[in-house]
Amino acid sequence: MFLAPLYRVNAMSEKQSDTYVIRDLYAKPDKIYPRQVHGIFARLRILTVFLLLGFYYLAPWATWDGRQAILLDLPARQFHLFGITFWPQDFVYLTLLLVICAVGLFLFTAVAGRIWCGYACPQTVWTQTFMWIEEFVEGNRNKRMKLDKKPWGPEKVFKKTAKHTLWVIFALFTGYTFVGYFSPIRELWDGILTLSLGPWEWFWIGLYSLATYGNAGRLREQVCLHMCPYARFQSAMFDNDTLIISYDEKRGESRGRRKKNSDYKTKGLGDCIDCNQCVHVCPTGIDIRDGLQYECIACAACIDVCDNVMDQMGYPKGLIKYTTEHAEKGKQTQVFRPRTFLYIALFAGLIATFLFLIATRTPLNVNVIRDRSTLFTETFDGSIENTYQLKILNMSQVTNQYRLEVEGVGESQIKGETEFTIAAGEVLTVPLRVKIAQNFLNGRSNDIYFKITTKNDSQETHIAKAKFLGPDKARR
Amino acid sequence: MNEFWNWWVIVIVAINILGCWALLYWTRKIKESEVADSETTGHVYDGIEEYNNPLPRWWLNMFYITLVFGVVYLILYPGLGKFQGVLNWSQESQLEEEVAAAKATYQPLFDKYMNVPIEELAKVKQATEMGKRIFVNTCFGCHGSDARGNPGYPNLTDKDWLWGGSPDQIKHSIVSGRVGAMPPFGESLTADQIDELVQYVGKLSGHQVDETKAAAGKSTFDTQCFVCHGNDGKGNIALGAPNLTDNIWLYSGSSSGIAKTIREGRNGEMPAHGEILGEARSHLVSAYVYSLSNK
Repeated sequence: MFLAPLYRVNAMSEKQSDTYVIRDLYAKPDKIYPRQVHGIFARLRILTVFLLLGFYYLAPWATWDGRQAILLDLPARQFHLFGITFWPQDFVYLTLLLVICAVGLFLFTAVAGRIWCGYACPQTVWTQTFMWIEEFVEGNRNKRMKLDKKPWGPEKVFKKTAKHTLWVIFALFTGYTFVGYFSPIRELWDGILTLSLGPWEWFWIGLYSLATYGNAGRLREQVCLHMCPYARFQSAMFDNDTLIISYDEKRGESRGRRKKNSDYKTKGLGDCIDCNQCVHVCPTGIDIRDGLQYECIACAACIDVCDNVMDQMGYPKGLIKYTTEHAEKGKQTQVFRPRTFLYIALFAGLIATFLFLIATRTPLNVNVIRDRSTLFTETFDGSIENTYQLKILNMSQVTNQYRLEVEGVGESQIKGETEFTIAAGEVLTVPLRVKIAQNFLNGRSNDIYFKITTKNDSQETHIAKAKFLGPDKARR
Repeated sequence: MNEFWNWWVIVIVAINILGCWALLYWTRKIKESEVADSETTGHVYDGIEEYNNPLPRWWLNMFYITLVFGVVYLILYPGLGKFQGVLNWSQESQLEEEVAAAKATYQPLFDKYMNVPIEELAKVKQATEMGKRIFVNTCFGCHGSDARGNPGYPNLTDKDWLWGGSPDQIKHSIVSGRVGAMPPFGESLTADQIDELVQYVGKLSGHQVDETKAAAGKSTFDTQCFVCHGNDGKGNIALGAPNLTDNIWLYSGSSSGIAKTIREGRNGEMPAHGEILGEARSHLVSAYVYSLSNK
């Protein structure tokens, strides 16, 4: 509070000698009006948008064994994915999956540049959808710019209201679908219609709707430029053989306007006709002719539009194209290089590990808790007893019968139940006592193994290690 | 917190918030004369130069939003000295709310078994599973998770009961607790008499003993021990006096162990758990314990 006036005093004292202008260090970003583009890469993006969004919106409706096929039930701590149920104990698989995704991102970035940004990123995919809605309501780039410059009137009010209404409906449906992955989507729909959802469901639907509307409708390229961490660190994975989108400066310069079929070469002009189409289609508002920039999300809209222009001019395509720095310098592009070999090896190795772990996973979790109140008890016949609680979780989707054995020492006896039935998803507490004759013990601490066998066709076994305490041999 | 520290905190918090706002206000504009001449900041790294572009306005707005958030937080929650916030939130109140919410969820599960007699409840799997979970949390320390007891703490899975094994007796033991005392006889009996008694007590449980000493021990037993343990040595559940004829031993069944019990006495206490567990959960644990020896 007191600093601001101080600054003014300072400024005023200087004013006598120096004319001063204040410049704002924060600026409202200029709105970008990307023109819709047609071409092979635009069609590729339409395909990925439909595939990815189609999966996103339809997947929660799939059923498996009479329940939702993909349901991430957070309150129950169970992730149902088709025939498998994952528990918090399975977190390592999720970790591994995320590592696989990260390495996959490294691999694809090293080889193909920001292919993720251009075609698959949710920010791109939803922004594209929102732009289609915008174009449908407000018209093409020129009409949109004109509309924004117009003073408020009935037409502008109608179009803006229509656009935002459609956006909000689409965003709400997105938010609803998102929550539908975590809370059964059909019941969620009934809950919305009867207004009987819990406060958290409303909150998350609202938040994800707001995020969709905000990110895809309002923030758009601002997310890529200022928020996305990947946009900033992907340059670490780039090298001279990475696919980038580049303007062929040697061929294009010097740029200039000309009539079709004129002999431009004698006037010293290159192939670039300076139509600025590549700038108009760019969703981040850059000029690709200035070279590779961090803003470029490699959507290839400029390639599509420039190829169209080259066609119309009767010039060869590819003034702007996917290329590599090596190719630009006339060298051979090395797709297979140490970096890609390393990433491929890591990627394939991790996927193989993941599949192996999933295939050999036993849907059973056992926690052995030794009674801590007594180290051990000596029976009247001189044997040693330890008491345990076994918490056995049936992580499968069916009720199973189990058989319990103790291994690891010569002879042992279990006092307590050794055969039990556990319903799907239930934990059974099995208190029991293990009795071992002293001559089978090696000292104060002995390793024993509780072996639990599922009584089904595959006879899956799960082994849980535990400590068995006894008296010190020297003191016997 | 006295008045001084109260105002100390309030003033510092206020200065910080206002200071942050002043800093934002002060730094958001710059004199044209101080603006760098070139388009770039002059920072170069690996040939990459940094543009001297203005930050987006929404970035600045986020700073302001954090200030507003801070002020709203300080109004709602404790933070300004002694001021408790209009929500009147505290760690204790949150704990109480969560405990109340948990009670509202779980208490009906316990309560629905309240009026079922223990004999019947012991046959209801869900109820005994609930009783088991309470048991392994509360009772395992002395009786062991499997309820087979430890030296000095009775096995609850056999048919031998110090204080009686009927449902009401079990529940009384859990709710009100039990105190059992074996008085020491080291001063009133001679070492020989104790040795004879040990032989006799061993004989009651079928041990191999010296018959002459055992016969002598019987006469001591009949004048001293019968008061609690009964003429036949089968104990008395009204006093918690153990049955000495079943070869089940609370402390020790060896000769030296029995001698120690007679000489020094034993004191056992089952603490009352009525207040710890509450009525409904005591009932469930009783049913579980009853089920262990009445399959």
